[in-house]
Amino acid sequence: MDAKAKNNEFTIAGKTFSSRFLIGTSRYPNQQIMMDAIEASGAEIVTVAVRRVSQDSGGEGLYDLLGDRFHLLPNTAGCFTAKDAVVTAELAREALETNWVKLEVIGDDETLFPDVEQLLRAAEELVKKGFIVLPYCNDDPITCKKLEDMGCAAVMPLAAPIGSGMGIRNPYNLRIIREQCSVPIIVDAGVGTASDAAEALELGCDGILLNTAVAGARDPVKMAKAMKLGIEAGRYAFEAGRIPRRLYATASTPTDGAIEL
Amino acid sequence: MIAIIGGGICGLGVGWRLAQAGEDVTVFDRGAAGMEATWAAAGMLAPQAEAEHGEEALLPLALESRAMWKEFAAELCSVSGIDVDYREEGTMVVGLDRDDLEHLEHRYSYFQSLGLDVEWLSGYEARKREPHLARAVGGAVYSALDHQVDNRKVAEALRAAFLAAGGILQENVEITGVATAGGRISAVETADSTINTDIVVLAAGAWSRNLAGLPEISRPPVRPLKGQMVAVQMDPRFPLIETVIWGPGNGVVPSIYLAPKSNGRLIIGATVEEMGFDTGLTAGGVMELLRLAWDVLPGIYDLPLVESWAGLRPASRDDAPILGPTPTPGLVLATGHHRNGILLAPLTAKAICDYVRSGEVGSSIEPFLLNRFEKPVAANV
Repeated sequence: MDAKAKNNEFTIAGKTFSSRFLIGTSRYPNQQIMMDAIEASGAEIVTVAVRRVSQDSGGEGLYDLLGDRFHLLPNTAGCFTAKDAVVTAELAREALETNWVKLEVIGDDETLFPDVEQLLRAAEELVKKGFIVLPYCNDDPITCKKLEDMGCAAVMPLAAPIGSGMGIRNPYNLRIIREQCSVPIIVDAGVGTASDAAEALELGCDGILLNTAVAGARDPVKMAKAMKLGIEAGRYAFEAGRIPRRLYATASTPTDGAIEL
Repeated sequence: MIAIIGGGICGLGVGWRLAQAGEDVTVFDRGAAGMEATWAAAGMLAPQAEAEHGEEALLPLALESRAMWKEFAAELCSVSGIDVDYREEGTMVVGLDRDDLEHLEHRYSYFQSLGLDVEWLSGYEARKREPHLARAVGGAVYSALDHQVDNRKVAEALRAAFLAAGGILQENVEITGVATAGGRISAVETADSTINTDIVVLAAGAWSRNLAGLPEISRPPVRPLKGQMVAVQMDPRFPLIETVIWGPGNGVVPSIYLAPKSNGRLIIGATVEEMGFDTGLTAGGVMELLRLAWDVLPGIYDLPLVESWAGLRPASRDDAPILGPTPTPGLVLATGHHRNGILLAPLTAKAICDYVRSGEVGSSIEPFLLNRFEKPVAANV
């Protein structure tokens, strides 16, 4: 295996993926652009809002076009209570024959921030029911730790509100989450451009899940490629280890042994 | 005989042009003609205000068809005696809050980069044009060239024009499949008969893909894309608005439109849902339409709600129509128009008629042939 493949590889719940990029399927200008963008992203895991996409579209639906080539990850988008999210996850398990779920329990329409109390409840119940749970959560180290402790396969803290493109708003929290959690950390929501994705990986996060930043870009296919490269670059930088920051310059050429004139 | 499958705006339009040219043409519809997407639409002819990233290839086709509409409407009216309510007040896209306005500015600069003829209005200027707009409207993009028609009247007029030109309309006759002989089209089939024909124009909207007997290589990638809609009734003497208004959309919140007709009917649409062939209304769908419309135009609050419905846009993979020949000789496509069926009708009618009669693909439809879907994905990155 070459170094590049290894750099991109990561494991969730015992399953190894060849890309750290997880991508969504909403709001692309059209389906062709969506497929081209997903292809360009190199992503293996593709999320689908099960409540909003019918499985029967006469052979041209999302499942028909993506189903056999990608690991489809159903999400519970549009759920506002634990009960709702659990039912949606169960319907998804039945329909898509997968026990993986990206768990979203939204607290409020305006900000789309998670409802932490309901999220914890839903996560606990779904884990008990045998789901591989990947919860979308606040960038709160305590919440992430609780989710890990109850058996979630990864934690997916937001970097900024969904669709906002505001980038990594609280890198310190992400660093603390990195230090405290041992499950994969996937930054979900808030990434606006490739440098945001790189930054998250540099901080030690394991992957990125995004949608709007690619789907809403002027050229979604190019942006998908940019994100892929940003994620790869960020991961390399993390593995390489950055130099310490300092206020004053250091000459990169040693001064010892210089000829005195 | 030329058989056209589907009596929507595309099938009837192509049929009308062929019948006018003296061809022997029959349009088949499994129900009453013009009652599916054509009926469900809102009749907007707005290629500028609806221009989207990634769909630049569609723009020249849409602009060309829009330029044909005024004459098309006048001709329909003179032949059928039905006024299709062609309105030229224009189209306005409005923003309500800071996020909307930022998004709208982003779109405005995109429109300008395309060389479109659009104008930025302040909130004050927007309300001067449409005084009933909400106080919160902080800016708008106005497109004087984006017009509208009453699509239901177009359907009626087109049906009458087609019949007047000598076309044969077979309603409540479902074409269940096509037959081929030696790779060529040889017949269309109903439940109890086979009708020989060597030319079939497939204009069956959202149902185009799954017609039995279609060779796999000639199957158009079209799927149903559901849209829920409602209509409220204004007093036609004192309409709340006269231009078509597009509400804010910011990439996360979907946008809605309000299309006022001269008879006072105000159409509010539309959701965009990947729900297969389901056409049920949902509480959430209707609520979103009304809530977003009320944000823009609070005066709708007291108006009678006169209708609610859902239709199926025939969406191709890239949202552009699929027109012209296929690898199967005799099979011609006029489908996949997505939300642009009404807008693209005059051009589709002319171009497909020309192709059927001459065998030559016109330059405007050349980029929209079925074979464009053969390209490898992500070839440009």
